Amino acid sequence: MRQVIKGNHAVSHGVRLSRVKVISAYPITPQTTIVEQLSEMCASGELEAKFIKVESEHSAMAAVVGSASAGVRSFTATSSHGLLLMHEVLHWTAGARLPIVLANVNRAVGPGWNIWADQTDSLSQRDTGWIQFYCESNQEVLDSVIMGYRLAEKVMLPVMLSYDAFFLSHTSEIVDVPDIEQVDEFLPPYEPEFRLDVNKPRMFGGMVGPDCYYEERYVMFRDALKVLDIYPQVCEQFHAVFGREYDVVEEYRTEEAEIILVTAGTITSVSRIAVDRARGEGKKVGLMKLRLFRPLPIERWQKVLGNAAKVVVIDRDLCAGLGGVFASEIRSALYPLTNRSVLFSFIAGLGGRDVTPEDVEGMINYAAANEEPETMPLFWGLKGDQGGNHAETL
Amino acid sequence: MSQGVTKLIHKYLRHDKKFPHVWCPGCGNGIVLGALIRAIDRIGLEKDEIVLASGIGCSGRMPVYVDFNTLHTTHGRALTFATGIKLAKPSLTVIAIMGDGDATAIGGNHFIHAARRNLNLTAIIINNQIYGMTGGQSSPTTPYGSYATTAPYGLIEHAFSIAELAVTAGAPFVARGTVYHVETLEDLVKKAILKRGFAVVEVISNCHVQYGRRNNMGDPVTMMKWMRDHAIRVEKASSMSIDDMEGKFTIGVLADVEKPIYTEEYQKIREGAIKGRPTGGPGHG
Repeated sequence: MRQVIKGNHAVSHGVRLSRVKVISAYPITPQTTIVEQLSEMCASGELEAKFIKVESEHSAMAAVVGSASAGVRSFTATSSHGLLLMHEVLHWTAGARLPIVLANVNRAVGPGWNIWADQTDSLSQRDTGWIQFYCESNQEVLDSVIMGYRLAEKVMLPVMLSYDAFFLSHTSEIVDVPDIEQVDEFLPPYEPEFRLDVNKPRMFGGMVGPDCYYEERYVMFRDALKVLDIYPQVCEQFHAVFGREYDVVEEYRTEEAEIILVTAGTITSVSRIAVDRARGEGKKVGLMKLRLFRPLPIERWQKVLGNAAKVVVIDRDLCAGLGGVFASEIRSALYPLTNRSVLFSFIAGLGGRDVTPEDVEGMINYAAANEEPETMPLFWGLKGDQGGNHAETL
Repeated sequence: MSQGVTKLIHKYLRHDKKFPHVWCPGCGNGIVLGALIRAIDRIGLEKDEIVLASGIGCSGRMPVYVDFNTLHTTHGRALTFATGIKLAKPSLTVIAIMGDGDATAIGGNHFIHAARRNLNLTAIIINNQIYGMTGGQSSPTTPYGSYATTAPYGLIEHAFSIAELAVTAGAPFVARGTVYHVETLEDLVKKAILKRGFAVVEVISNCHVQYGRRNNMGDPVTMMKWMRDHAIRVEKASSMSIDDMEGKFTIGVLADVEKPIYTEEYQKIREGAIKGRPTGGPGHG
């Protein structure tokens, strides 16, 4: 049924429809309304699950590691500092091969304190072994929860789905909330091969010495790469039931594009407008939206971007001493190609600052006008001495 | 408002920079801030001798408004940041301001260990029994059976008593006040700052917006009247039966004992080590 709901409630519905059994969370803005609605659903019996509000995000993540180890579908949600506080247990979850889904509302990291959109929080968790998705709309958010469980339980790795603070978390959009029978058709009950069971006692989390830790990590790496084969199957099944498609990347007007923008999250929607305008002016500009970020869909990236003369990556994140995380990873992915595209890296919209279609047009124009990029990223829209917007690099 | 009070506020607040504040009309946090400022003024401390550190939540905003050395840190960690400050600059008067969720949930471990360690710090914990800023989720001090956004059909957990917890954890000075008993509160805060050792003041406060509204506690005045009617002075409580104390809570000084202070003990260890004496610690040398 089509409803007008906020991104956070799209998550709550996705969790309800996935028949999650245990939810553990700790309040943090702008995540909180996800679990508020879930606690209501659990208390009213709409969702047959146990909800616990624990004493910190670290505990929230650890509690669902416990419930998932006991063999039930488990969920948690957080944002920014909450995600960072979970860091230790994030590594643990992936290493323990537990198919938990976590919704992270992308919010800036302090200091200074800022509750607005910024993707540095989840990108700084990219080495934890979690599968990562970035979402652009509330529909995609809901669908990603359901798809997340399907995928996670197939490869036995956890899934983190991220979406922008306020631009999605607190903004209402039309969302097709599927019937639970439809979801049941797509997402079978969770039946793990290994679980804590008094009738079949096992030990989880034992000491693993130098003789086999290495292989254990190799297997985890190999299984993460399997996502690249399994995810398209999940997509196909999802499409068959719901009629909606979510590829690992989404190409927008990339046919014969000379310049291709690369975006993740809501900047994508803004960039579509800029691409349409550029196409309207006869400029060959396209867009690649990043959806799956871990594991890296390197071959897809190469295929989409390989023929473009120029690639413009917009990062709403910042790694001090490096630049944009997405730009860095795209650069690595393109490196093996013989005829590499020229990559322009832009930082924009940190801490929730608005990025407008005009900003993106400016970036396109910059890339069009320059043959070679700067070594370091361009900081778009910095407030400088001129008082107006300008780009600056070192 | 008298001229004197206005001047006092102007002396201590960043009134020309950081206002208006974010607290809701009728919030108890302003009363706690007022008591803190008057206590500091009565002691006669210089503004630059004071550090006010906070965590996250409505209480976390307090350092933003005062003209001391201030630090608005991560959720639950006010005491850990304060510990570092005190170790680096023991001459500073370091005060940590926290909320109930801040100090006893995410920062609960730090709280009990700070009480045990006994640095010369002051911890003020505003207990409004709810996570106010994030929208009314139950905290470790939300009473059993109360309603919260995460407990829409009533809470099934049991609450901490913060002051009693601090006593058990070994804090040498523990007091509890309310935002109704303003003069008592000012006095308790003053005693806590002057106390040599880890001093805790729990302040029962009202969050009528997130807690009171969901639990039929009424407006701020009604909630303060509840404090008036349910707070029993420690001295009086000692002669009351358990039945008479049912549903009530004590206010006043719950513990005031002398214990060796961490920084002083540490200095003794250092001096001993420099002189080449055995360093088995206090009582072993």
